[in-house]
Amino acid sequence: MSFSDPSPLESAPGPKVRAVRDEFHGDLLEVSMGPHHPSTHGVFRMNVTLDGETVVRLKPVFGYLHRNHEKIGENASYLGSMPYTDRLDYLCSMTNNWAYALAVERLSGQAVPERAEYLRVILAELTRLLNHTCLAGFLLQDCGASGTPLMYAFREREKILDLFESLSGSRMMCNFQRFGGCRTDATPAWLEAARALADGYGAFLDEFEELLTGNEILMARTQGIGRLPAKLAVSAGVTGPMLRAAGVGYDLRKVDGYGVYPRFDFRIPLGDNGDTYDRYMVRVLEMRESIKILRQAFATIPQGPVMDAKARLRGFRAKPGEVYSRIEGPKGEIGFFLVSEGGPNPYRYRVRPPSFINLTVLEDLCVGHSIADTVVILGSIDIVLGEVDR
Amino acid sequence: MSDPAPTPDTPTDADRDELRRQGILLTSMEELYNWGRSRSVWPLNFGLACCAIEMMAASMARFDIARFGSEVFRPSPRQADLIIISGTVTKKMAPQVVRLWNQMPEPKYCIAMGACAISGGPFKQGYNVLKGIDRYIPVDIYIPGCPPRPEALLHGLMQLQEKIRGQRLTGPTAPPHLQKDTTCDYPVPAFGAHDLEPPKNPALWQPPVLVRKEGA
Amino acid sequence: METPDQIRDRLLARFPGAAVAVVANPGPAAQHSLLLGVAHARAIAEFLRDAPGLRLDFCSNVTGIDWLDREVTDVATTTTPDPAGGPAKVVEQKTKRLVPGRLEVVYHLYSVELKHGPVILRLRTENRSDRVTVPSLTPVWRSCEFQEREVFDLYGVVFEGHPDLRRILMWDEFKDHPMRKDYVEPDDYEWEPTPHGDVLARAKRHYHATEAAPKEEPKP
Repeated sequence: MSFSDPSPLESAPGPKVRAVRDEFHGDLLEVSMGPHHPSTHGVFRMNVTLDGETVVRLKPVFGYLHRNHEKIGENASYLGSMPYTDRLDYLCSMTNNWAYALAVERLSGQAVPERAEYLRVILAELTRLLNHTCLAGFLLQDCGASGTPLMYAFREREKILDLFESLSGSRMMCNFQRFGGCRTDATPAWLEAARALADGYGAFLDEFEELLTGNEILMARTQGIGRLPAKLAVSAGVTGPMLRAAGVGYDLRKVDGYGVYPRFDFRIPLGDNGDTYDRYMVRVLEMRESIKILRQAFATIPQGPVMDAKARLRGFRAKPGEVYSRIEGPKGEIGFFLVSEGGPNPYRYRVRPPSFINLTVLEDLCVGHSIADTVVILGSIDIVLGEVDR
Repeated sequence: MSDPAPTPDTPTDADRDELRRQGILLTSMEELYNWGRSRSVWPLNFGLACCAIEMMAASMARFDIARFGSEVFRPSPRQADLIIISGTVTKKMAPQVVRLWNQMPEPKYCIAMGACAISGGPFKQGYNVLKGIDRYIPVDIYIPGCPPRPEALLHGLMQLQEKIRGQRLTGPTAPPHLQKDTTCDYPVPAFGAHDLEPPKNPALWQPPVLVRKEGA
Repeated sequence: METPDQIRDRLLARFPGAAVAVVANPGPAAQHSLLLGVAHARAIAEFLRDAPGLRLDFCSNVTGIDWLDREVTDVATTTTPDPAGGPAKVVEQKTKRLVPGRLEVVYHLYSVELKHGPVILRLRTENRSDRVTVPSLTPVWRSCEFQEREVFDLYGVVFEGHPDLRRILMWDEFKDHPMRKDYVEPDDYEWEPTPHGDVLARAKRHYHATEAAPKEEPKP
């Protein structure tokens, strides 16, 4: 696999359409898709060079949502950065919080009580359900099913958001994890409501799959489109369902075994072809595995505190040192690299964004397909611009 | 909006109710025009960041923006009435937002949704964050929140509808598309070496003067 | 998996003359890293990717760090015994030296095949001003492509051998490297209703001359 053509297209502002004369193909058309486009998942721009309708070259342009999260992280205290992690991948705030809390806990050697670990797993799996459901809705929206699967997806998302709101106070920006546990405890009523949701989710997935999985339009639009070879996926740092759809069995919940995941029995679905349909199916199967994990977690969650007694939030100072820690977020491996000089602020605060690195292969996937497929491929990579640009 | 002082020939509200009960609708051109405009505001399909997800949630089944007439989110700015700036406007994105605003035909309205669009929000300290979209385009409604709930967005939309209904057709308070000598083209900032040039549109936005009390 | 010391020994055996040192990481996480000299960095990276016991085929994270010039105090203690049998004389000599600032790039490597990791590599530039070139590891791991572009954009490190080195997050006409510690952001704080700290100092420059200046906010 060769690298992208080193002659860059200028990322000049504004939409630009001009013809580029090439002696073999006649005119190539250069189109700027984005940053305002109904099919890009946020403000993301792709400079696409087309030969007719076939994509010849594709250069992504980032930075339209670059909100200097890492600079703010250097100026804010450790706990002060927690609300900002909500706003990275703004669909999945609970897993972002956990990734950051885990990094700080590893940096300072902080222990976490068992009930908090179970609660974190429950919230992470609920977030995974939410994320994959929304992805299925957005992918179908990009395929042209304008709105109907998205309506069903958001209906289920609202039920999960009700749970998050009653637990943490906010629908999306939960800011729930702390260094040493969770902010508040879940009441038995909440656990009962969450258990009922998890039990009923299987029926929703059946309904969703009946509409979509064997749907010949979806299969015609996604099978064979955007094939990702496993070797390229590993070299390009692709993680998450996209890597597993390419056939590589690498899931951090099994490999690193963080939290209490080793206690649960669940499988990792793998794809055969690495195309868009596989990426969709892997996510649907992961949702079913998430329901299994949730059932086990609800059955075995112990009583106890959710915050470690020795945890110190105000005036928290980490010991000097560095740490890189990662978890399996719904989009891939989300990691935090923290460098501490012993003060109340981190010296360097870095987020490893899964969506950004998954986009490394966007050009390889799209070249040779038509421009309509570009939108579908981008939808299947599952990006959120808050994480791509930070 | 107050009705003109009733004269013997002008029907009062009681008269109108009576006529309505009898099947006769009596209205003025202005009311009819504004009623039509405010009850079918078509937003632009434009989401920047986290607030965009709440905007989508507002358009979905539970909160249902369709009952306010705004179901049809237009992808093209040429066909849209309303731009909801939902999310952080970065300096890299600001020229595109102003271009989109310029491409929208009058009558057009702008809602700044969320703390980031109003003033930069939690990301205010930043080299790439524009501290409020009202530095470059005029904003009609500000909706605070981070992110504002979908109900807050609907409330803001209802306030916008009231504002549209209150616009007179003639006179100095008429909307820009009915005034002959206003421009709807706002200057697009350019990328400079360290910042946007100009960093704000001085004709549109001046920092408000804060008068601080002694001892505050 | 081998410890960083074992990996260093293996690398020095394979590449004699290469500069490989283990940088200890204090704190409970104990993620020690390997500091590589720029001359053999790419060859070492290829070896780490392909070596049978390591197979580090997955570069997870590329980070830039800016270290400013810092003054370090070395304390040298000399103890002279007293010939008369009394307590020994202890003399402490403190010398200050200036460690020049430089930019650092940290790579976190894992193995998908053997499911181990992380192995952490560090590359350092010579200084922060003009000699800021390090070899690019994008030919070894494709995932470095965008992340090295980001380090170039935000820190100014030039990666030699990168296929497409240009700004990624800021616009092309932007001249600064914003994540550096000495970057001063543009001043658009004309309106700040509750300023404190250095924002207050900046906001004060914009207060109107006729307006009563606010009382200094109490320090938190």
